[in-house]
Amino acid sequence: MDIFTQITSRAVPLHIEDVDTDQIIPARFLKATTREGFGENLFRDWRYKKDEILNADFVLNNPLYSGEILVAGHNFGCGSSREHAAWAISDFGFKVVVSSFFADIFKGNALNTGLLPVQLETQQLAIVFEHMSKDPDTEFIVDIETQTFKIKNTDHSFSFEISKYKKECFQNGFDDIDFLLSLKDEIKSFEAKIPAFL
Amino acid sequence: MQKTLFDKLWDSHLVKSIDGLDVLYIDRHLIHEVTSPQAFAGIEKRGIALANPSKTIATPDHNVPTKNQHLPISDPLSKFQVETLRQNCEKHQVEIFDLGHPQHGIVHIIGPENGITRPGLSMVCGDSHTSTHGAFGCLAFGIGTSQVEQVFASQCLLMKRPKTMRITVNGELSKGVTSKDVILYIISQLTAAGGTGYFIEYAGSTIEAMSMEARMTICNMSIEMGARGGMIAPDQKTYNYLKDRTYSPKGKDWDEAVTYWETLPSDAGAIFDREERFLAADIHPMITFGTNPGMGMNIGQAVPETVDDAGFDKSLVYMDLQKGERLEGKTIQHVFIGSCTNGRIEDLRAVADYVKGKQKAEHITAMIVPGSKQVELMARAEGLDKIFTASGFELREPGCSACLGMNEDKVPAHEYCVSTSNRNFEGRQGQGARTILASPLMAAAAAISGKIVDVRKFI
Ligand code: SF4
Repeated sequence: MDIFTQITSRAVPLHIEDVDTDQIIPARFLKATTREGFGENLFRDWRYKKDEILNADFVLNNPLYSGEILVAGHNFGCGSSREHAAWAISDFGFKVVVSSFFADIFKGNALNTGLLPVQLETQQLAIVFEHMSKDPDTEFIVDIETQTFKIKNTDHSFSFEISKYKKECFQNGFDDIDFLLSLKDEIKSFEAKIPAFL
Repeated sequence: MQKTLFDKLWDSHLVKSIDGLDVLYIDRHLIHEVTSPQAFAGIEKRGIALANPSKTIATPDHNVPTKNQHLPISDPLSKFQVETLRQNCEKHQVEIFDLGHPQHGIVHIIGPENGITRPGLSMVCGDSHTSTHGAFGCLAFGIGTSQVEQVFASQCLLMKRPKTMRITVNGELSKGVTSKDVILYIISQLTAAGGTGYFIEYAGSTIEAMSMEARMTICNMSIEMGARGGMIAPDQKTYNYLKDRTYSPKGKDWDEAVTYWETLPSDAGAIFDREERFLAADIHPMITFGTNPGMGMNIGQAVPETVDDAGFDKSLVYMDLQKGERLEGKTIQHVFIGSCTNGRIEDLRAVADYVKGKQKAEHITAMIVPGSKQVELMARAEGLDKIFTASGFELREPGCSACLGMNEDKVPAHEYCVSTSNRNFEGRQGQGARTILASPLMAAAAAISGKIVDVRKFI
């Protein structure tokens, strides 16, 4: 995992609720055996029309918007547990996803792969969307240390939750596996006590 | 303190807690070809071995053809993915139920039918419908690939303890109403995000009266409410089902296991973070009209005018349905019977029982994909295959198939499919495909009539 402390970036507004993982990365693109390259097919069926012509109406194809932050509607990432969804978003170039609510498994997957889920209140999310629609060049500052999401050049500064442990992971660029491997002996002694009939 | 079934399972697998996170020991790890290769690559990159390969079992299911499984896979990407699984299993000493193997099948079907799934265990798989196994009173949930890698590396997971919810359903189901209707009804009442953050225990006389297979259908779709998992307390039915299965404990171990399993049900007075109650009498055969499983209604209802879901209007455009429209009598083109929700032998028997002596409507393509090789062989041994063929249904070989349309079993764009699977998302069964979720019985009736019907009028 890469170290992540703070970013300042413009953002892409995806004003849709209940975006499910089949939309983020359709199943037919899950045949790869490596983690790379999924960004190419992020939101494939929304980005392209049936005949593989770019869908100009979809926000990722709108030249006005770009950046390392994806701002989405309520209940983002519902559906399957495929981590490919988080990989696809990261691989496309996003480092942060903002929503007023994330599906459980997606949120865990994102945190595990270095994609920061920033959960705001509904009204705060509305303010963010409003600024973006008024000015696509609006910049945002995401800071892990202070756990804040700021709209640059405004007074809007929203705080977001992240566990102390995950915060350290992002700041130091280490992941759950590094941590679990450090517990090897404790796990072994737990394992030794499991009864045979189980 | 009185504990819930969930509490007992969670606490008995807790290695330690740190900063609000629990290190949970995992007894059984099921893997398949789609979500495991990156995890194998991950541990290899770290230069470590699987912590406990004997606790892992693999099967290729998501991306396999359901025809001619004895031949090499023709799609090069699918072939490569399945071969990667084979190679990884060989390299890391993981047991694999490969294509053609008598124990091959959809990962959530083969766990229970081989006695790998049992009360009291913690089980995970890189697939959200791992919740299915909870029907046996175990802690079972889906994980992402990074977590697959965690379990490979340490046989543990780092988790936040979820909240608990009990859903109680009481009363007797009326004729033509099945466990699939019960769960579609619950999801329609609680919405597609209504269970987020919770582990659900299903209880009540309706659930107790269900067979193990019907209970699995209930737990399977817990994830469609966003829940972490679902579970049902083990009882005599659970033990009867498991007795003498290949991997079930034997002899003295069996007796000790049952003694332990009997301690698992939630204590009287145990507190859940949330309780929901439903009555069997309110449940009718269900169908979905939208593009998430929460957008469901009973067959007698019309598509609602409003739904508390911002995706509602968009979903009706995708489905080409109108507000206020009744779906009873609507022509459909495809019927898909299968998946980890309804691809078990009881489902196939229910379908066979209904279609026997009848013919599918001419314009219908009807496919039956058994959940496992054992289901397929049982169906053939019981002569169900002949009934299906005579009625114009095609019986395939096991796999996930059109449930997610990763292989060539897809529904063409803009056509309607009444499906016994679990997800009606846009494009789930193929680009532009329009999925209507229903029970095997409702799907069988739709195939015969060529349109959506109320199965109760025909039985
Ligand atoms: S049958 Fe469908 S839901 Fe079940 S494991 Fe396969 S793809 Fe997932």
